[in-house]
Amino acid sequence: MHKITDVKKLKLMANTIRQDVIKMLAEAGSGHPAGSLGMSDIIATLYFYEIKHNPENPKWVERDRVILSNGHICPALYSALARSGYFPIEELMTLRKINSRLQGHPHNLSTPGIENSSGPLGQGYSMAVGMALAGKMDKKDYRVYCLSSDGEHNEGQTWEAVMLAAKYHLNNLCVIIDRNNIQISGTSDDVMPLNSLRAKYEAFNWHVIEADGHLIHQIIDAFDEAKTILDKPTVIIAHTIPGKGVSFMERRYEWHGKAPNQDEAEKAINELEIEKGRIEDGY
Amino acid sequence: MDIKSTREGFGKALVELGEKNKNVVALCADLEESMHVADFHKKFPERFVEVGVAEQNMIGVAAGLALSGKIPFAASFAVFSPGRTWDQIRVSVAYSQANVKIVGGHSGITVGADGASHQALEDIGIMRVLPNMIVIVPCDYIEAQKATFAAALHKGPVYLRLGREKVPIITDIKSKFNIGKAEIFKEGKDITIIACGIMVNEALEAAKELEKEEISAEVINCHTIKPLDKKTIVASAKKTGKVITAEEHQINCGLGSAIAELLSEEHPVPIRMIGVKDTFGESGKPEELKKKYGLSSDFLIKTAKEFKK
Repeated sequence: MHKITDVKKLKLMANTIRQDVIKMLAEAGSGHPAGSLGMSDIIATLYFYEIKHNPENPKWVERDRVILSNGHICPALYSALARSGYFPIEELMTLRKINSRLQGHPHNLSTPGIENSSGPLGQGYSMAVGMALAGKMDKKDYRVYCLSSDGEHNEGQTWEAVMLAAKYHLNNLCVIIDRNNIQISGTSDDVMPLNSLRAKYEAFNWHVIEADGHLIHQIIDAFDEAKTILDKPTVIIAHTIPGKGVSFMERRYEWHGKAPNQDEAEKAINELEIEKGRIEDGY
Repeated sequence: MDIKSTREGFGKALVELGEKNKNVVALCADLEESMHVADFHKKFPERFVEVGVAEQNMIGVAAGLALSGKIPFAASFAVFSPGRTWDQIRVSVAYSQANVKIVGGHSGITVGADGASHQALEDIGIMRVLPNMIVIVPCDYIEAQKATFAAALHKGPVYLRLGREKVPIITDIKSKFNIGKAEIFKEGKDITIIACGIMVNEALEAAKELEKEEISAEVINCHTIKPLDKKTIVASAKKTGKVITAEEHQINCGLGSAIAELLSEEHPVPIRMIGVKDTFGESGKPEELKKKYGLSSDFLIKTAKEFKK
């Protein structure tokens, strides 16, 4: 797969993913915009810069694995998969509909390019650890990227997986946490305080990197740094803005799991089009 | 009659599997001695994953290994897995069709002194409701070995239910074992007893006694609860017209319920269910508990006699 190294092009891809997300959710009438929009820059960088994969051969054994553990943000991932060539872009509009390959939460057997089933939080994280362990057992050099969220760190299973990854020195595992400070019922500080995530992960013997989840060059630097770590798994705590790119959704937990209606979708697309123009102008 | 536990049979077979197939891996949640995976650990340390006391993660990690081409056996006590890992099994294993073998040990009331918290009496029920799941309850040490080999060969999720206690070895190397195929261990014409696990031997002993009273009982070893062997079960129900089910499990959701579901549609006959009757167990010696909770052969004999009238 051809790598995009031009930051401007990666920004444009993230913008495309955001527009796809809005259109998909508006068409579906349900879904989770805040996290999907918030993770678009990371997902664009992951699929179009970072990972080795082959959309024409999704099961290629040497591929890097991307595990979406906070499954509800799958619209952004589906967009990246379609834009990579795993399935036709038109199919994005079938999200959450009957007989669609694009289930409301990821299902490994339904969608080309989807590695795992998730939805109940914590499960993808453990599966990512299992895949990284398998890579070590088989002496393969593929890497495992696990997308997680701050809300997911309420789950006990997540910390079980964190401990095991450190125990087996899984330096082939890179977890990216969407640190957007919201979850369904409110801010994460109100629902279940997590600070300091850095101190927690350091205490669990992980390598910790913090990055602005909307600055492509910081995301790239973080991915590059993770690959230099030889004895520990790496976590990238990505500070993000939920709903990023759509003014009326940004930082509002009410948009965790609510689709925009047609008017709202139009407004959102207009904003994203303006942003696209700014990116093209080199902003 | 020689006595050995089904968990010992599993442990022995696992080592043999490890020798034959390098993709076989084992996971355990700090119970490697009890679950008899310690030998596998010693022999194949690079293929053994000790997850600590963290069963939910164990199942997820097993799913990740399976989706990477491994054949993981994830072992813990049944009260913990599938007891507390049901959601992980549902989504990471069954829905994903991950090739994970879930091994639940110390099942049933014969765990004994540890008491009700450690006596899994619901595990068959919570596993058989899951699509894509195979549920196997071997009756003795030898059958446990065969079940372990068969589980490894089967592509897809399997739940293997094992016991703690040493129980009589009633099958031999030549006995047939196929997933989904119940075996008639004794032919009869008056009553069919369909049993699994330790209750197969109880059923055979009961059938011997019943012969003396001129009641001819057919005994079926129904080691696979899902998928059920419809053909064998329906044919026997047609022949005898009366069915007793026997299991070391709640009657609400286990083997008896599965048989009742099948026969009510295919060939309704009167059924009596032997099992734990919607109650928790308690501490005690296995034999005492079997008597108190109605799981011994004399209880089967009594039920059969009343049923025959």
